[in-house]
Amino acid sequence: MQDMTQMSTTEQFLFYIQENGWYVFNQFLDHFLISIYGVLLAALIGIPLGVLISKYGKLSNVVITLANIIQTIPALALMAILMLVLGLGKTTVIVTVFFYSLLPIIKNTYVGITTINKSVTDAGRGMGMTKIQVLYMVELPLSLSVIITGIRIALVVAIGITAIGAFIGAGGLGDIIIRGTNATDGTAIILAGALPTALMAILSDIILGIIERRLDPVKRQQKRISATV
Amino acid sequence: MRMLKIENLTKVYRGGKVAVDKLNLDIQEGEFIAFIGTSGSGKTTALRMLNRMVEPSSGKMTLNGKDLTKMNAVTLRRSIGYVIQQIGLMPHMTIRDNITLVPQLLKWSKEKKDETARRLIELVNLPQSYLDYYPAQLSGGQQQRIGVLRALAANQDIILMDEPFGALDPITRDTLQDLIKDIQQRLKKTIIFVTHDMDEAIKLADRIAIMHEGKLIQFDTPDNILAAPANDFVKEFIGSHRLIQQKPNVKTVDEVMIKPISITIEKSLDEAIRLMVEKRVDTLFVTDGDNRLQGYLDVESFTGARKTKKSVSECYEKEVFYVKTGSKLQDSVRRILKRNLKNIPVVDEEHRLVGLVTRANIVDIVYDTIWGDEEQEVSVEGQIGSEDLKELISG
Repeated sequence: MQDMTQMSTTEQFLFYIQENGWYVFNQFLDHFLISIYGVLLAALIGIPLGVLISKYGKLSNVVITLANIIQTIPALALMAILMLVLGLGKTTVIVTVFFYSLLPIIKNTYVGITTINKSVTDAGRGMGMTKIQVLYMVELPLSLSVIITGIRIALVVAIGITAIGAFIGAGGLGDIIIRGTNATDGTAIILAGALPTALMAILSDIILGIIERRLDPVKRQQKRISATV
Repeated sequence: MRMLKIENLTKVYRGGKVAVDKLNLDIQEGEFIAFIGTSGSGKTTALRMLNRMVEPSSGKMTLNGKDLTKMNAVTLRRSIGYVIQQIGLMPHMTIRDNITLVPQLLKWSKEKKDETARRLIELVNLPQSYLDYYPAQLSGGQQQRIGVLRALAANQDIILMDEPFGALDPITRDTLQDLIKDIQQRLKKTIIFVTHDMDEAIKLADRIAIMHEGKLIQFDTPDNILAAPANDFVKEFIGSHRLIQQKPNVKTVDEVMIKPISITIEKSLDEAIRLMVEKRVDTLFVTDGDNRLQGYLDVESFTGARKTKKSVSECYEKEVFYVKTGSKLQDSVRRILKRNLKNIPVVDEEHRLVGLVTRANIVDIVYDTIWGDEEQEVSVEGQIGSEDLKELISG
């Protein structure tokens, strides 16, 4: 057995990963799923809500102010409040992530739809599209990339919040970080939790960024133009 | 005869602003109608009520007795073409999908849609390869051509146009005006057109509806409006320079046209050449058995073709520009100059060939008006003519 105290932080970190790789991987997966569930739930509610308030302008102020207020509550405080109702565990963290993801998703859906050139929707209506057809043939395809941006912001924030969720027993990479803070000389353990968290956030950001560009009709065309030249 | 009848059509906006006040109009099938007026005159509102983009407050619109205000608005819009100033092509759809947007809504088969797109894009002189492009890859003028095609794709009989060429540069606008007039006459569409440009209205419209503060002031042919403006507002609106222009007797093509040399479609090329030599002409107009204009045959079209082709029907040019009998000489001169044609055939209502206006004809007229008659009054027209003459010689 090696003498842990004689190793540098990097060596300790690598040793920890070597010994507990499977455990870290499982926590990584847990962490990711908690974030994804929260964001997907928020998208499921937030996108229709965003569409709705883009049609009824008066509602938009109320809904966006409400979502803004949720955003101002510190994550730990919100989680504590929800814990009183939902108890300890994953569910509470997923619900917290859901609340935090609502604002970027609702707001981006709203902005995506309201900034579409009015002449395009007017033309669609003039050609004889029903309201539903205008929505799914014109408005949603044209605002999809902006909506994805909202989901991307929400997911990055969600990964951070899930890390705090370890405090109420949700598991995830936050567990490893807390263990590190409790241990004497636990820097390596903290890193073993924190680095994968950061990696997850950066990767989600990059991947969703690529999807977003793919779905942007303007950028897609520029690509086509350069391809034909 | 199909007819669109508008009775007491009124739009009152919330807050009591009357945008359109008791509009009454009868529009015949195949007519080109222009709504004209200053901004705020209610012309756009009136147009948008016809496809119920704006719901009328009261009044009736009937198409062949069918009440449009009781129809389902979506069904109605699919049956009426609509072109807007901002063009409004779908940026995320290809040109093909944009053209066949209404057929798509009507659930046509893919083959039928593709065939329609291919057929239509030729109508506006754009290459087939453009069908796979996106709108952003086209210029403004090209985009509006597609905008016009979109309004034609589902065989709509009535097409509404809301200042369709307002955002285009003057040269592009002029080309598109010619194109739309040509399409309208060829496909026999009824077009209702909003503009604030009097020149555009005079050039295109069969009848002009002048609107002011929501009311219809005058509804008549351009000639009648120029000859007898209903009141001072109309007089001011059309501008004094146009009124003067109109005063001398307007010549029609019928007065100057000569007898064209034509050949029927089933004749052989040998006969065609012999006829050309005999009559000393370089162009023969090709007609069917009922003397209907089918195309033309000129020297260029059968140099080289003679060895392989034997009959007129195999090598005549189908694309031929023509004017209707009774149209103003001024207009045909413009067409000849703009298209750089040697001559332009005149046809009657049934598309039968009745005459021919050539460049030489026009020079004769211009000569007559300048030197043939020294009277002061006529010289006004003479000046206009001599401008044309200069262009004619240089062009």
